[in-house]
Amino acid sequence: MNNYIIEVENLAKKFGELVAVNDISFNVAPGEIFGFLGPNGAGKTTTINILCTLSKPTSGKAFINGFDVVRQQSQVRQSIGLVFQDPSLDERLSGIQNLRFHAMVYNVRAPAREQRIEQVLRMVELWDKRNSFVRTYSGGMKRRLELARGLLHYPKVLFLDEPTLGLDPQTRNRIWEYVLELQRREGTTIFLTTHYMDEAERADRIAIIDYGKLVALDTPEKLKRMVGKDVISVKTSDNNKAAEEIRLRYQTEVRHDGGELTFEVSNGEEFLPAFIKEFGTRIVSISLRRPTLEDVFLKLTGREIREEEVSDVFKAMVHQHARRMRR
Amino acid sequence: MHNLLGVYTIWYRDILRFWHDKARIVSAITFPILFLFVFGSGLSSRMGLLGDGVDFIQFMFPGVIGMSVFMASFMAGVSLVWDRELGFLKEVLVAPVSRVSVVLGKALGSATVATLQGTIILIFAPLIGISFSTLTVLALLPLMFLLAISIGSLGILLATRIKSMEAFQAVMQMLMFPMVFLSGVFFPMQGLPGWMSILAKINPATYGIAPIRQVVLGASLDSSFSINLFGHFMSIWNNVAVIAVFGVVMVLLAMWSFGSQE
Repeated sequence: MNNYIIEVENLAKKFGELVAVNDISFNVAPGEIFGFLGPNGAGKTTTINILCTLSKPTSGKAFINGFDVVRQQSQVRQSIGLVFQDPSLDERLSGIQNLRFHAMVYNVRAPAREQRIEQVLRMVELWDKRNSFVRTYSGGMKRRLELARGLLHYPKVLFLDEPTLGLDPQTRNRIWEYVLELQRREGTTIFLTTHYMDEAERADRIAIIDYGKLVALDTPEKLKRMVGKDVISVKTSDNNKAAEEIRLRYQTEVRHDGGELTFEVSNGEEFLPAFIKEFGTRIVSISLRRPTLEDVFLKLTGREIREEEVSDVFKAMVHQHARRMRR
Repeated sequence: MHNLLGVYTIWYRDILRFWHDKARIVSAITFPILFLFVFGSGLSSRMGLLGDGVDFIQFMFPGVIGMSVFMASFMAGVSLVWDRELGFLKEVLVAPVSRVSVVLGKALGSATVATLQGTIILIFAPLIGISFSTLTVLALLPLMFLLAISIGSLGILLATRIKSMEAFQAVMQMLMFPMVFLSGVFFPMQGLPGWMSILAKINPATYGIAPIRQVVLGASLDSSFSINLFGHFMSIWNNVAVIAVFGVVMVLLAMWSFGSQE
């Protein structure tokens, strides 16, 4: 029971007729990066709101750091840090004043307080801007400040609700560097919701949620393996000879696909170096395509994860494009 | 102990924000002063003495103090609605401080700011021929604070139920102006038409502003400025008791409402 930092048992939340979260159960180990992947409106934020005591479950139980999220709210709140989907800073205060407010309501004692504030501000590279009003910050800076604030009080679990939504790629990468550094250095458990595939890839384990239901839960690798094997496309100086060699050596189907040969292997990354080394026919080009989480989501739900949020015209374009890519 | 720190932190934020907002400080002073000198001076010369050797502008002065305290403290509700709209309230709600502390911190914060604004207006007393001792000022501080925390809690109570800024502002206008106008800021409480007298007497702000006037003007108990409730002239302590009871009820209601809503 105490081995897990987050325990969720048969959690459900209804808003009238609408079932936002439908009988979800999972556990998260300390120090894990746990990703919650699903389209908008799947129930990700509702689940986070229950876990961080902002909302009460209709039924089921949840524990954070061993504390009940309904009956031990204060202890739960002390154990967690949050970065919300929408900004939650006081724009009329400076960066450092926002952090001081946070430190005080989270009971970070005075001697350690200023030191810790400096540490987190330096980590997100906002120390030089600490005395500027938050309203003068850019979107990325605000998110970084929120991240610094979320981890100020040494939380056991840091909740990140779509932490990089609407940020440019560089800023997204920076944010991830901080998160990974934090997890490495302080052993903080990260609970993350996202609908970005590349972001979900960084998680140790991913729960895929759709219409309030948990449809899959595993490591990104295993989830992807579920969909199919890795596809290797190879072009050689003599494709017919090569096809024969592959069939004999690896006991696998080989297809002629244009000027290339394609075949499936179960562990492409490890297979590839060995293959190149020992293959008898001269290789002109070779590529490895692995199933993506997008494929996983499509297989599990019959829909694409991005579908809901793009306009119809754009959706059609994405569809065509995606189909072409898959082929 | 930790909750006390929470109350202090939330209070402190309000003070900081007020300090940062220089425009608000300036408008907090100019608006009542404008009222006092334009309105007061204009009418004062025509009306002569109102009784007890007090002319209209002098009569209005403590009322204007009360009015500025009243309006500033109502801002507690506005600030709560803003915090909700701009997301900051979430940061407060997931913090390990009780809902009761949040309400208390907010009410105390806005009451402090409102008292500060009221005190600034006192500086203008010599200009209209009112003089008072340090003791009077010391007596006024708790009176202003009491009015502020009562009205501030009313504002917070409304803000826990009315969640959009537009709706809150509409309700605030609807409530604030009648409450100010019918609280004896601009006219003595005696000799009013019956309906107006009744409305003024069920208005809690009346009992918050009356003791401020009684202290500033040092008026006698049965003067024309006193509130006559069922044939009884309300003393300073009578008025204080009424506004204090109202304040306690409002604070408790606000705490309960905030706790059950958020």
